[in-house]
Amino acid sequence: MNWQAIALSLKLAVCVAGILLAAGLPIAYWVTFSQWRWKFLVEAIVALPLVLPPTVLGYYILVGLGPRHFAGRIWQSWFGHTLPFTFGGLLVASVLYSLPFAVQPISAGFEGVDRRLIEASWTLGASRLATFFRVILPLSAAGAVTGIVLSFAHTIGEFGVVLMVGGNIPGVTRTVSIDIYDQVQAANYDVANRTALVLLLFSFLVLTIIYGTNRRALSLWRKQ
Amino acid sequence: MIPGGAKMKRIRTTFALAVVAGLVLAAPFRSARAGIAGSLPQAAAKPCGTVTVAAASDLTYAMNEIAANFEKATGCAVRLSMGSSGNFLTQIENGAPFDVFFSADIAYPKKLEAEGLAAPGSTYLYAIGKIVLWTRNDSRVDVGKGFSALRDSAAQKIAIANPLHAPYGRAAEEALRQSGLYEAVKDRLVLGENISQTAEFVESGNADAGIVALSLVLSPAMKDKGRAWNIPENLYTPIQQGAVAVRAAANPQGARQFLDYIKMPATAALLERYGFALPVKIPTGGKP
Repeated sequence: MNWQAIALSLKLAVCVAGILLAAGLPIAYWVTFSQWRWKFLVEAIVALPLVLPPTVLGYYILVGLGPRHFAGRIWQSWFGHTLPFTFGGLLVASVLYSLPFAVQPISAGFEGVDRRLIEASWTLGASRLATFFRVILPLSAAGAVTGIVLSFAHTIGEFGVVLMVGGNIPGVTRTVSIDIYDQVQAANYDVANRTALVLLLFSFLVLTIIYGTNRRALSLWRKQ
Repeated sequence: MIPGGAKMKRIRTTFALAVVAGLVLAAPFRSARAGIAGSLPQAAAKPCGTVTVAAASDLTYAMNEIAANFEKATGCAVRLSMGSSGNFLTQIENGAPFDVFFSADIAYPKKLEAEGLAAPGSTYLYAIGKIVLWTRNDSRVDVGKGFSALRDSAAQKIAIANPLHAPYGRAAEEALRQSGLYEAVKDRLVLGENISQTAEFVESGNADAGIVALSLVLSPAMKDKGRAWNIPENLYTPIQQGAVAVRAAANPQGARQFLDYIKMPATAALLERYGFALPVKIPTGGKP
């Protein structure tokens, strides 16, 4: 069993969930409360990864951000290398790819907060930031938890983009899903089987613990 | 805003998420079904119907030409699937509806025959693959210097196919080890899932050099884009490539016809033009 690949997947998923918590909250806040008439354009962009196959994102990262194109050359001059074959590359791809899985539940949570409570907080003199952290977020924590769990789980399960741009480097880009694929291709079904089983049990366990301990996260999905 | 508005929206969002989740969950089943249905040979309107061929990705360009010639010569239709040999092996072992399988490694057809999944005695050594060191024209790696060019710091990323399951990857690793370079380059290796992806890594400029199949380098798509250095053949075990008729073939007659066509001198010449060495009649699986 390839513990290195499992550890790498966990590290990637934790980083993605962390970044998406930090980035997802302001994006979801804006998406929920903005009155801008062209807001739907931003909503559509955020939701794109739900529709696009991973090959599209993989293709753009590999070729569009490759050293032969303008954007890729700029990236190269800043960071010294192109995105593919690096952990940073996987991180960028995974964050983009899991963005809607974080933003949409968080936004749905914000939508569920009673507007009157928010406006009451404002009229009582609380700043927008204070209102956000002391009224909106506590009342919609379930949405935030769901968003983080989903982006974590989605990253653990990611395969297509990693296969396209990862380059299968042990400890850097060989995630557990790639490792299972390799073992199946090499007809090492025993190894594939063990790793797949560990992954299955682990995923189930994490989701059970989180949904089990956070009844409100569950209720958000059940409410309607 | 009407109080119901926000709620409606929330319902819509949740519903959309649920639909998406449903689609995501159902996708593997759907695509598996569609995949099988999509590749079933259609009703035989032509003399030998449709031959469904799975071929290793080093054959990408050569096989397109062979299939076109075969269609012209026989009036049969050919449906081509290109991919990694290891993947096809697993798929055929699990009932994939291919008639003929062109592997980059003759061990896979032999394995299928041993498992009783291929037509007995149908394994045929159709070519021997060669590997080259290849860079793009604008790469700073000078392949004229041969393998030692890989010691150059300009070769930050070196692409090879995955030695775990790709025959060309195994040959690449063996050649690197034989020439004593493996330890020096091992941390700069990136692994392609098959030999086509390996070539794509180099061709897109993301890898600075790569060890790829000569058959891909000689293709119209790559010919003028880079420089190649032929890796001495004494550095690696010959990449013996074998084809086999799948036992569960929906079109066994078409499979036989296609394999016979591969054995014809004109097809052999075409393979040679694409950089394959031709086997000196080595009997495999009992048939000449």
